[in-house]
Amino acid sequence: MANDLEAINDPGIPAHVHRKADSDPLAAKKAERQVAILFALSAIGTILFIVSYVAIPEDIFVFIPVMGSTNAHQLFLGLGLAFSLFFIGMGAIHWAKTLMPDQEVSVQRHEFRSDEEDRDELVKTAKEGAAAAGLGRRTLIKRTLGLSLGLVGLSPLLLLRDLGPLPGKSLSTTSWKAGTRLVTDPGDRPIKPEDLEVGAVAQVLPAMLPGQDHRVLSDIGKDAVLLIRLRPEEFNLDAERLSWTHEGIIAFSKICSHMGCAVALYEQQTKHLLCPCHQSTFDVTRAAKVLFGPAARPLPQLALALDSEGYLVAKQPFNEPVGPSFWERSS
Amino acid sequence: MKRLSKYRRHRAAAPMLLVLALLAIGTTFSVASATPNKSALALARSASIEEGKQIFLKGCSSCHGLNAEGGAIAPSLIGVGAASVDFQVATGRMPMADMSTQAMRKKPVYTPEQVAALAVYVASLAPGPAIPGDELLNYERDGSVADGGELFRNNCAMCHNFAGQGGALTQGKYAPTVMGVEPRHIYEAMITGPQSMPVFSDKIITPEEKLSIIKWIKFAESEPALGGASLGRVGPVTEGLLVWTLGIGILIGVAVWLAMKAR
Repeated sequence: MANDLEAINDPGIPAHVHRKADSDPLAAKKAERQVAILFALSAIGTILFIVSYVAIPEDIFVFIPVMGSTNAHQLFLGLGLAFSLFFIGMGAIHWAKTLMPDQEVSVQRHEFRSDEEDRDELVKTAKEGAAAAGLGRRTLIKRTLGLSLGLVGLSPLLLLRDLGPLPGKSLSTTSWKAGTRLVTDPGDRPIKPEDLEVGAVAQVLPAMLPGQDHRVLSDIGKDAVLLIRLRPEEFNLDAERLSWTHEGIIAFSKICSHMGCAVALYEQQTKHLLCPCHQSTFDVTRAAKVLFGPAARPLPQLALALDSEGYLVAKQPFNEPVGPSFWERSS
Repeated sequence: MKRLSKYRRHRAAAPMLLVLALLAIGTTFSVASATPNKSALALARSASIEEGKQIFLKGCSSCHGLNAEGGAIAPSLIGVGAASVDFQVATGRMPMADMSTQAMRKKPVYTPEQVAALAVYVASLAPGPAIPGDELLNYERDGSVADGGELFRNNCAMCHNFAGQGGALTQGKYAPTVMGVEPRHIYEAMITGPQSMPVFSDKIITPEEKLSIIKWIKFAESEPALGGASLGRVGPVTEGLLVWTLGIGILIGVAVWLAMKAR
């Protein structure tokens, strides 16, 4: 089909509309006053900032509707600084928009490429410089320069080593061993089954080893356990998991299997455990089965037993890694 | 008045009126809802079991059963103890206004004397946690704010928020704020585990540690917002809301004004 449509003509730049202030001296005077008022407001803001820094004590509170009781010192510091900066900007813009020159100018773009003459000149200069420096003749210098530049490039690569060491087995293991006592967190008191009433919970950690006098945060992040007591008949567990409980007391890792937040919102009536970060919900009566939310696996259950003095201990270490998935995790 | 009515067709009249109306509603509401809350002492020692039984039969037995044995819609009260009754009734949670999600704090229906009688009656059915006396609740003397803060963060903050402002649970249930709650009721909640809350036994969190928690809560309550506006101390929700509405709103307004051509 023949292109018989007429080409759209370039409409060009729309006609320039002149501002009131360009033609009317009264309007120009008014705009000038407005700009001056804006700059004056900025000056007042700065003075307010200085005065409130010096004169308003830090413990005075004023009631502001909607915001409530607010610290006067901080409030007026903030307002002063906001006024001083905002009105400088507003004044400058208003000045530019109403009073500064209002011609419209169009500038044509030029070609980016330099002309042939300049390009040849550059190549010639570079070649002459290289010949004069003797790069071609002095091979010893050329090679050692190459060596040093290459080695400089190697040093940042070496620093990558600081990203390590690799976690190894530390993601799969915790401080819980067979026979480790459960102690309260905080307080470090060992726990007997009769200390917990039905419906009670306890935040627990493994007892510290002999000679250990403080805990390391990265260990607490793996070891934290929640102890819950239910009526034994409320459990709906298989024989093995039931043998991991003790008279209705059940223990789960507190580290969420989704992103590792501390799962400790326990609803006593529904027997649900809730993660505060992404609302994963676990059913305590069914070995922390996931009822809702992004968690992929139940929380690992800690097998419980009693030691010779009647305190609660771990029967065995966790049988799976606690916390979120990681690359090398087997399941 | 005449001078004011001159401006009634002004461009800014409608937005100004809206702002004024919002302010008026906000301030009247905050004044009206701030009623003083005086807690009465435990009157349990002088209350009579018989009087409590009569109140129970009239006000509670339709759900909890004639002998407090519980029913399809309400749990048994045998063995819940006087502390549980004092917490539920003196904070107005019981009797419940509606049975939907959870009993919420409201103006108590019964006088402190009647609550004490009810508590004595329920405690007479079977032993249970007792109402803590004033000598036990001297948190100013026996508590430590630092320990209380650590205990609160470990045991309470996941539900009641890091600043004790309360938070959401599942299916419309929620953990209420602990700000402005009487020390006695905080203590009773920990030993009885009302509604969704679990029990915090005395061997797990000792009575002294419970007092530390109460002391920390009272400390947090009286802590002024030194950084300016606290925005309810609920973290990123209100802060984000303010930035996304007011902050970005102002930026959009400024951008529109910047691009407008002067006439």
